[in-house]
Amino acid sequence: MTNAIEQLGAWAVMRVQEMGRMVLFMLSAFAWLVRPPFRFHQTMKQLHFIGYRSTFVVVLTAAFTGMVLALQGYYSLRRFGSEGVLGAAVALSMIRELGPVLAALMVTARAGSAMTAEIGIMRITEQIDALDTMAINPLQYLIAPKLVAGLIGVPLLVAIFDVVGIYGGSIVGVNLLGVSEGAYWSSVESAVEWKDVYGGILKSISFGLIVSWVCCYKGFYTRQSAEGLGTATTEAVVLSSVLILVWDYLLTSLLL
Amino acid sequence: MIKLVGVEKKLGGQPVLQGVDLSIPVGKLTTIIGGSGSGKSVLLKHMIGLMQPDRGEVWVGDVEISRLSGTHLNDVRKQFAMLFQGAALFDSLTVFENVAFPLREKSRMKGPEVGRRVEEKLKEVGLAGMGHKFPAELSGGMRKRAGLARALVMEPEIILFDEPTTGLDPLMAKSIHDLIVTMHRRFGFTAVMVSHEIPEIFGISDWVAMLRKGKIALMATAAEFQRTTDPEIQEFISVGGTLALPGSLVG
Repeated sequence: MTNAIEQLGAWAVMRVQEMGRMVLFMLSAFAWLVRPPFRFHQTMKQLHFIGYRSTFVVVLTAAFTGMVLALQGYYSLRRFGSEGVLGAAVALSMIRELGPVLAALMVTARAGSAMTAEIGIMRITEQIDALDTMAINPLQYLIAPKLVAGLIGVPLLVAIFDVVGIYGGSIVGVNLLGVSEGAYWSSVESAVEWKDVYGGILKSISFGLIVSWVCCYKGFYTRQSAEGLGTATTEAVVLSSVLILVWDYLLTSLLL
Repeated sequence: MIKLVGVEKKLGGQPVLQGVDLSIPVGKLTTIIGGSGSGKSVLLKHMIGLMQPDRGEVWVGDVEISRLSGTHLNDVRKQFAMLFQGAALFDSLTVFENVAFPLREKSRMKGPEVGRRVEEKLKEVGLAGMGHKFPAELSGGMRKRAGLARALVMEPEIILFDEPTTGLDPLMAKSIHDLIVTMHRRFGFTAVMVSHEIPEIFGISDWVAMLRKGKIALMATAAEFQRTTDPEIQEFISVGGTLALPGSLVG
C-alpha cells in the first residue's frame, strides 16, 4: 500500500516537473524572440508551412463539417418548423466551437506532428547541438519562429474554416434541402454577434500556441533513438489534442 | 587553454565522469581515447558547455564555463567549432549554405565575401564544386569533409572532433585524419579529438589522454604514451594489432 502511494507521489512529482519544464521552455523561447537578430525569414517560412500548407486540408474539413452540420440541423429544426434558423445554427456552431477546435486538430495532425519529427531528428542527429556550438540559441533560431507562426497561422486558418464551413452549410441547406437563401444568410447575420467572433479568435490564438508549443517541446526533448522519436511524435499529437479540448471547455465556460 | 578540474557527471544515475582533471595544451592536437561508453564524447561536450558537470570546473582561458548560460556561454563558444560524429549538417541546407551558415549568422561578411570564403574552405577540404549538393546526396566521408569546412570557416581558436572517422572505411578514415592534421598545421588551432582509431592516432596526435573508469588514466605525448608500462593501457592500445611508430601515418 505504502509502495503504491509512493509510486503515485513520484509520478505526480514527475508530471509537475515536466509541466514546469514545458512552461519554462515556452517562456525562454518568447524571451529569445525579442532579442536581436530577429528571425523574420524563419518566421515567414514557418508561417508558410503551418498556415499556407495546411489550407487545403482545412478547407476540405470545413466544407464537409458545414455540410453535415446543415444536414443534421435541417432535420432537427424541421420538426419544430424552424428551418429558417439553419444558417444561424451552422454559423454559431462553426464560429464558436467547431472552427477553432477542428482547425486546430487538423493543424496538429498535419503540421504539429511534422514539427515534432523535424526537431526530433535535428536533436538525434546533433544538429541542435551544432547550433549551440555555433553560439546560436536553438530556442531563438528554431522554436520562437514556430511559436509565432502558430499564433498567427492558426487564427487565419480558423477564419478560413468558419467561412468555408458556413458556405458548405448553405450548399446543403439552400441548394439541396430547399431552405430559402435569404432566410439562411439573414439568420447568419442576425445571430452572429461580435462576442462570438471574439471568442473564436481568442480560442484560435490559444490553440495555435498550444499546438506549436507542445509539438516543439516534445521534439526538442526527444530521446536519442528512432523509437524515442516515434513516441515523441505520438505524445505531441495526443497531448496537443487533449489540451485543445480541455482548454476549449475552460475558455468556453469563461466566455459564456 | 581548456582545463577541467575534478569534473564529475552522472547520466541516468550512472557515474560517467568521476573526477576528471585534464589540461589541453594550446595549439596542439590532443586525442582522447578510451573504451566504448567510457564517457569520451561526454567529456568533449563539457568542454564546449553542451553539458554541465554535476561537480567540478571547466575553464576556457580564464573563464569558468560550467555555470554559464545564455549570451555569456555563447561569447565563450565563439572561440570554438566542433565536428560531430555524423557531421551534424543541416539537412534542409545545401553544402554551400551549411558552410556559409556560421558566417551569415555570426560575422559581418557580405554576400560575395561569404561566397569566396566558403568556396575557399570547400576547396581546402576537397569539396570544390560540391556546394550545390544536399547532405543526403553525400557519402559519409564527404559529409565529414563538409562538416570540417563548416568548422574551419570561422577560423576558430579551438576545434573539437567527436570521433571524426567513425563509420568510414580505412582509406577514407586516413584521408580525414590527414586532412585534420594538414588543417591543424596550417591554421594552428587547438584541437581536441575523441577517437577509437588505434594505432593511427599516435601518428597524428601531439598528446594522447586515456579515459578509464571516469578519470584520466594517463596523458602523455604520443611517443611517451606508447611506452607506458601500465598493463591495462598497453593491452588497450595493442588491440589495433601493432604499435604504431610516431609519424607513420602522416608525413
